[in-house]
Amino acid sequence: MLGTYFTFPELLLWLPLVAGILAFFLKNARAVKTWSLIFALIVVAVSAIGFCYADFAKYPSYNQVSYYWLKHIGNSFHLKLDKTGHLMSLLTSLGFLFIFIYSWKDDKKRPNFFYGMMLLAQAGIMGVFSAVDALAFYFFWELALIPVYFLCSTYGGEKRIKATFKFFVYTFAGSLLMLAGILYIYYHTPGRGFDDGTQALHSFALKAFEATNLSSAEQGCLFWLFFVAFAIKMPIFPFHTWQPDTYDQSDTSVTMVLSALMVKMGLFGVIRWVLPILPEASAAYADIAISLCVIGIVYASLIALRQDNLKKLLAYSSIAHIGLIAAALFAANELSTKGAIIQMFNHGINIIGLWIIVGIIEKKTGTKKISELGGLATKAPALTIFMIIIGMANIALPLTNAFIGEFMMFGGLFQYSKIFTVFAILGIILAAAYTLNMIRNVFYGEVKPSLSGVTDIALHEKFVLGIIVVIIFCLGVYPQPLLDFITNAPVTP
Amino acid sequence: MNNSLLIGLIPLLPLLGFLLTGVGRNHLSKGLTSVIACGTIFASFVISLLMFNQVRTSGGIDVSYFSFINIESFKLAFEFKIDQLTSLFLLVITGIGFLIHVYSTSYMHEEKGNDFAKYFSYLNLFVFSMLLLVMGGNFVIMFIGWEGVGLCSYLLIGFWYKNQDYTAAAKKAFVMNRIGDMGFLLALFWLIAKVGSVNFNVVFSADSLALLSTTDITGITLLLFLGAAGKSAQLPLFTWLPDAMAGPTPVSALIHAATMVTAGIYMIARSNVLFSSAPITMQVILIIGTATMLIAASIALKQNDIKKVLAYSTVSQLGYMFIALGVGAYTAAVFHVITHAFFKALLFLGSGSVIHAMGGEQDMRNMGGLKKYMGITHITMLIGCLAIAGMPPFAGFFSKDEILAHTFASQPLFWALGVLGAMMTAFYMFRLYAMTFHGSFRGTEEQKSHLHESPAAITLPLVILALLSVIGGFMGIPEIFAHGSHLLANFLAPVFAPSTAILSPHPISHNTEYIIMSVSVLLALAAIIFAWSKYKNWQKSQDAEPTGFAKVLANKWYIDELYQSVIINPINSIAKFFNNIIENKGIDGIVNGIGSLVHYGSRQLRWLQSGQVGAYILFIVLGTLLFFIIQLFL
Repeated sequence: MLGTYFTFPELLLWLPLVAGILAFFLKNARAVKTWSLIFALIVVAVSAIGFCYADFAKYPSYNQVSYYWLKHIGNSFHLKLDKTGHLMSLLTSLGFLFIFIYSWKDDKKRPNFFYGMMLLAQAGIMGVFSAVDALAFYFFWELALIPVYFLCSTYGGEKRIKATFKFFVYTFAGSLLMLAGILYIYYHTPGRGFDDGTQALHSFALKAFEATNLSSAEQGCLFWLFFVAFAIKMPIFPFHTWQPDTYDQSDTSVTMVLSALMVKMGLFGVIRWVLPILPEASAAYADIAISLCVIGIVYASLIALRQDNLKKLLAYSSIAHIGLIAAALFAANELSTKGAIIQMFNHGINIIGLWIIVGIIEKKTGTKKISELGGLATKAPALTIFMIIIGMANIALPLTNAFIGEFMMFGGLFQYSKIFTVFAILGIILAAAYTLNMIRNVFYGEVKPSLSGVTDIALHEKFVLGIIVVIIFCLGVYPQPLLDFITNAPVTP
Repeated sequence: MNNSLLIGLIPLLPLLGFLLTGVGRNHLSKGLTSVIACGTIFASFVISLLMFNQVRTSGGIDVSYFSFINIESFKLAFEFKIDQLTSLFLLVITGIGFLIHVYSTSYMHEEKGNDFAKYFSYLNLFVFSMLLLVMGGNFVIMFIGWEGVGLCSYLLIGFWYKNQDYTAAAKKAFVMNRIGDMGFLLALFWLIAKVGSVNFNVVFSADSLALLSTTDITGITLLLFLGAAGKSAQLPLFTWLPDAMAGPTPVSALIHAATMVTAGIYMIARSNVLFSSAPITMQVILIIGTATMLIAASIALKQNDIKKVLAYSTVSQLGYMFIALGVGAYTAAVFHVITHAFFKALLFLGSGSVIHAMGGEQDMRNMGGLKKYMGITHITMLIGCLAIAGMPPFAGFFSKDEILAHTFASQPLFWALGVLGAMMTAFYMFRLYAMTFHGSFRGTEEQKSHLHESPAAITLPLVILALLSVIGGFMGIPEIFAHGSHLLANFLAPVFAPSTAILSPHPISHNTEYIIMSVSVLLALAAIIFAWSKYKNWQKSQDAEPTGFAKVLANKWYIDELYQSVIINPINSIAKFFNNIIENKGIDGIVNGIGSLVHYGSRQLRWLQSGQVGAYILFIVLGTLLFFIIQLFL
C-alpha cells in the first residue's frame, strides 16, 4: 500500500494540514487539544516509521512523489525526502508533540485557532523539508510563515504586534530576495518535458537547478541573494535583530516553533539550495559567511551575558549556537557537515527543553526577569534537575547530544581554518558563563519572598522533559546509529 | 568473567551507585544510601586490585566497546586502555575514594535524607567520571571524564546552594576550567587535522609523530598544558581552587586534593611522548610550575582559614608535580601524585574532623590546644604535616626528594627555588599544626564544651591514610639507598620508555645526591623549628593587621582583584557596549532607520495621490511648466 497510495512526504504534509483545517471547526478546548495531540502522535509515528524506510536507493517509491502542478512553466509538485529531510521531519514531528504536551494545561483564548494554526505551520515546515522543486519550496517557505505570523500577533506579550511586524518585514524581504534568485536561475535552466507531452522552456526542478552552468559572477550574486534570505531565517549576525524581540514577545509555544524548527528551514535551505547549486560561490564566499557566523557567536554570547530577560537570554544563546552550525556547513568537510546535520536535530530538541523550562518558570512565577527570580531549587527540585541537565546539554558537556555535534563541527571547522575555530570556541566559555549565571540566579540562593507560593512541575511537564532528557543522553552516549543514518546525507541522490 | 566486562564494571559500578542513590534519594534511608555508595566504590576498588595484579604480571590491556563517532574521515571508539599508569591511578581513585566515602557517611550525617543521598550520588558520579578520565583509551574518552569531573566539582562546591558565595565559587571553578578545556579541545582538533586520530596508541606511535612538525607538537602540547593548568590549578588559572573550599570538606579531600586536580599531571604523563618532543613546552611547564609553587606557598604562609592553607598548599604541591614534568621526570611526578594523595587527603580529612569538632569553625585563630581533646586526629595530622614537609622517612620525603634531584640534574636554579618552596611548605604546615593543636584554646566557651574526638567512621580513614603517609614512600626508594629498589620506576618504565629514549636523562653522582638531599631536609627542619617556636603558644593578642609584604600575601597577591579589573570588568563592559550601543542603537537602529525612511518617504509621496482633483490639476500645471522650462534651457 505504502508507495502506491501514500508516500512519506505526502503523509507528513497532508496529515497536519488536514488536521489543522479540521481543528478550526472544533469549538471545545479539550476536544481541540486532544485532536491535535492525537495527530501530533500520528505524525511522530509516521516519521519514525519513515526513518526505517529512509534509504532512497532501497525504497524510492516510499520517499518521493510528484504531481503536475504548473507544468507549462516547468514546475511540478515534487516532494522527496532524503536522509537530512527525514531527520528534520522527525525533529518537526517530535517538536510539535512536545509543544502540545507542554501546553496541555494552558488556557488559551480561541484554542481552535491556536492549534489549527500550529498544525498548518507544521504542514508548511514539513513541505520545506521535502520540496525538490524550487517553486514548491518557495510556496512552502511562505506557507509555513503565514500561520506563524498569525500566532505571533495573536498570542504573547504586549509589544507583540510591533515585534511581529518587524519579523514579517524582515523575513518577507528575505523571501523576495530568494524569489529573485530562484527566478534568475530558472531562466538559465534547460527545457523540461513532461510525460503527457507538455514541453516547458525552463524548469523549477532541483535537478535542473543543479545542472545549470552559471558563471562565477552570476553565482556570486545569487549566493548573496540566497544567503541573506536564509541568514535572516537562522538568524546570522547582523540579520538577527528581529529575533530577540520576536522570541521574547511571542507565546512560548510559538517561540519553540520559531527557534527549534523554523530556524532549521534556513540551515536546510543552505544544504539543499545553496551548496549544491552554487558550489563555486559557496567555496569562494565561505570565508565571509563563516566570519559573520563566528562574529555572531562571540557577539551574541557576550550580549547573552547581559540579559536579565530569560527569553532574550535564550534568544541570544540560540544565535550563537546556530552561528556555529552555519559556520560548520560552510566549512563543508565531512566532519563539520555531519556534525552540523546531527546538531540541527540536537539543537532543536535541547532548545525546546530550555523553552519549556523558561515557559514553566514564567507561568509559575509570572515573571521572566532573572533579577526577580531566585531560590527556585528549594521550591521546585525536579525542575532544577531538568534545568541542570538540559543546561549542561546547552553548553555541550560530553555524554550529552550536543557534545557530539559541537565536537564534530569544531573539529571540521579547525580543518577549514584554525583562527576561526579559536574565536568560535570562545563561545563555549561564554556559554558556560551565561548558562551557569542564569542557573545560579534563578535556582540557587534563598527563595525570594515573592516566590514562596511556587510549586514543582506537574506530571505532563515531567513527562515531556523526561523524554527530552532521554534523547539527550541516548544520542550523547551512542550517537553512531544516527551518524550511520546520515551517511551521504548532504548529497541528494 | 572476561576482561572487558570486568574492566567495564570498574566505572559502571559507581555509575550504578549514582543512579540508585540519585533516583531513590527521597526513599532510601541514610544507612542504605551509605551502603550503596560505599559498596559500589569498594567493589570497584577490588576489581582495580585484580586489574593492577594482571597488569603487573602480564602487561597492559586495551579494550574497545563500541563505535562512538565513526565516519569516513574520522574514527573514534569508546575504548579503555589499562596500562601501568592507569592501574595505579585506579587504585588511588577507588582506594582513597572509598575511604572518603566512609568518612562522609559520618561527616554528612546531619544533612536531610534526600540531601544526604544527593551528596553521595554526586560523589559516586565523580568517581565514575574520574575513572573514565584515567581509563580512556583515547583523548575524547579522557575528555568525557575530564568535563565530567568538572561538572561534579561544580555540583559539589555548590552543594549548599542556598549560600550564593558558594554557588559563585562553583561557577568560577567551572568557567575557569572551561578556559583550560578550550585548550584541550583545540589540541584535539589539531591532532585530528594532522594525524586523523586521537587514539593513544595511534597518536603516540612513531608514524604519527613523524606527521607532526615541531610547530605542531609545540602548539599541541602547549594547548594540552593549558587544559592541564585549568584542571590542576596552575598559573594563571589557579584562583578557582582556593574558592572551591566552599564545598564539604570530604569533597575538598577527594576532588580538590587527591584526585581531580591531578588529572592534568595524568594527562601530561599519558602524553609524555609528545611533551618530551617539545622542549619549549617543557620549559614553559617548568617555569609555570615553579612560579605557581612559590606564589601559592607564599600565600599559604598568611592564611588563617585552615582549609585555605591546605588549598594553597595543594596548588603549591601541584606546582611541584609540574616541575617534575617540566624536567621530564614523569615517574617522580606520578610518585608525588600518589604520596600527595595520601597525605593531603589525610590533612583535609583531619581538618574536617577539627572543623566538625569546632562546630563549623574554620579560623585557626579561634582554635588551639586541640590535641587534648582529639588524640587520633592530632597524631594523624602530625604525620601528615611531617610527610608534606618532606621529613624522612615519611612518604613526602621520597617523592619530593626525587623531584628535587631531577631538577638539580637538569636546571639547578629551579632546584634552589624548589628548596625555597619546601621551606615555606614546612613553615606553613607547622604553623597550621601548632595553631590548631597546641597552645591554649581560643574559641568560645560553647565551642569548648562540645570539643570531642570524631567517631570511628572519621578516625578510621585517618588512621589508614596516616599509615599510608608513613610507608607510602617506600615504593620509590632512591638508587643511592638500595640498587633496583625503586619499585614504582620499574613498574612504570614501559609507559615512559619512549620519553626516556628521547630525553636520555643524565643522573647525578651519589655524593651530590646525598648533599642536595641533606640540604633540603635540614632547611625544611629549620623552617619547622622556626614555625614551632613562633606559633606553639600563639595568642589572639598577637593577631595584628598584616602590613607591607605580609598584607600582599594575606590578600593573595591581589590576583583575584587583578583578574577582576583586567579581564572580567572589560568583558562586562564590552558586553554592555554591544548590548546597549551596537545591538540596540547600531544594528537595530539601522534596521528601524530603514523602516522609518520608507515610512517617511511613503508619507511624502502620499500627498501626490490625495484624491483631490484640485491637487491633481496643480501637479499637471506644475509638471507642464517644468517640462517647458527644461525644453527652454536645453
